Amino acid sequence: MPTSHLLKIEDLHHSFGKEEVLKGISFSLDKGETKVIVGPSGTGKSTILNNIIRLVPPKRGKIYLEDVEITSTKKINEIRQQIGFVFQDFGLFNHLTAKGNVMIGLTKVKKMDKKEAEELAMFELDRVGLKDFADSYPSQLSGGQAQRVGIARALAMQPKLILFDEPTSSLDPELTGEVLRVMKSLAEEGMTMLVVTHEMGFARSVADELIFMEGGNIVEQGDPEKLFNNPEHKRTKEFLFQLVDLYGEGEE
Amino acid sequence: MLDIFLNYYPVLFKGLAVTVLITIISCFSGTVFGVFLSLGKIYGNKLVSNLVTAFIAVIRGTPLLVQLFIIYYGLPAYGVNFSPITAAVISFIINSGAYQAEYLRGSIQSVSSGQLKAALSIGMTKWQGIFHIILPQALRRVIPAWTNEFIYMIKYSSLAYVIGAKELMTEAKLIASRNYQFFNVYLVTALIYLVVIIIFVYFFNRFEKKVAIPGFDFER
Repeated sequence: MPTSHLLKIEDLHHSFGKEEVLKGISFSLDKGETKVIVGPSGTGKSTILNNIIRLVPPKRGKIYLEDVEITSTKKINEIRQQIGFVFQDFGLFNHLTAKGNVMIGLTKVKKMDKKEAEELAMFELDRVGLKDFADSYPSQLSGGQAQRVGIARALAMQPKLILFDEPTSSLDPELTGEVLRVMKSLAEEGMTMLVVTHEMGFARSVADELIFMEGGNIVEQGDPEKLFNNPEHKRTKEFLFQLVDLYGEGEE
Repeated sequence: MLDIFLNYYPVLFKGLAVTVLITIISCFSGTVFGVFLSLGKIYGNKLVSNLVTAFIAVIRGTPLLVQLFIIYYGLPAYGVNFSPITAAVISFIINSGAYQAEYLRGSIQSVSSGQLKAALSIGMTKWQGIFHIILPQALRRVIPAWTNEFIYMIKYSSLAYVIGAKELMTEAKLIASRNYQFFNVYLVTALIYLVVIIIFVYFFNRFEKKVAIPGFDFER
């Protein structure tokens, strides 16, 4: 069924064993939009992201990338090249330098010429402020630097959108700030992003739409300010203010 | 003792050359074989995985000497003839491959599953992820066990003397049976093994440090 959205998710269901974690999720993402998914742990937020690029194949429902149905396509590797993924634990390749991490997808997947790949890798590392760390190995980087390399690696593939799976959950507040600043500038440059995070400051200042999930369902979605100030569900308000208590308002 | 060495070193070194050659060929080919076995066991479909598991069980569950005898004495009945050295190398490759497959399986499984997930996320196929991301890390981790296997193989290659391959032990036995100086001849032989192994271990340890991932592991 044709759509005009960049990404469209229709009636997505998933379960682990008998436990149903997604009970029919539908939403869409347009080019240049940033949407933030929030909700308590175990509500299936990360599962949605994993379902999209089929790191975890969804049980039921349809996902479209620019009208192409990607839940059953055999060419999932091609789809994954078009959708960046940033992991909570960074997922950097331990045996490669920062530059090597950014380059390998270009040389091995996109079959790009080595020199060209190196130039692009340096460009993307510069973009996340890590030009000087190109030859460092992941274990020599701070968490914030490692996550920025993760973002550079996703960017280098020139994806149509990037999925962020709790990108700052394993970072301390200072390092969180440096990663969020990079993400904010990406959003401003017009990158399409779908972000699972607890960072309310980021959500309020960057998100075009906030999606509040609980128990495998979307409880409420809309403009972040509306959800904060004038939510339709009492539960939305409770949860959001809990997050603000925990994580603060964040930086503007 | 010194006179034994001085009198016989050309013969002993000739035997040593065969020993080292058998070991190097067997151990390195065993690694290649072992890589395929371990990948088949971990990532292959059910049939491949079960076949590999059964193969490894048979090879590890039977004596190397029996395997050597089957290849050297048993196969000619079916028209397959090997020279002693070829028969030794074949049986050692098979045997070492089975053991190395299990060392490798351990090191492959010690590489975090997130690494393959990350490889898939940038569009690699499963096998691209295995060859470009998992194996380079697993092979580094297997070096200590591999060094152990190599040492073991240098010494176990002496089993080849039973079928008459002219390696170090065969030459030593020939010398001793002629001059009856069993103690000295075998002591000299033992020292030769010891020195050779120390030299190899030194280089393997240097190699291990050279390829270590900075800041990650193997740093002492």
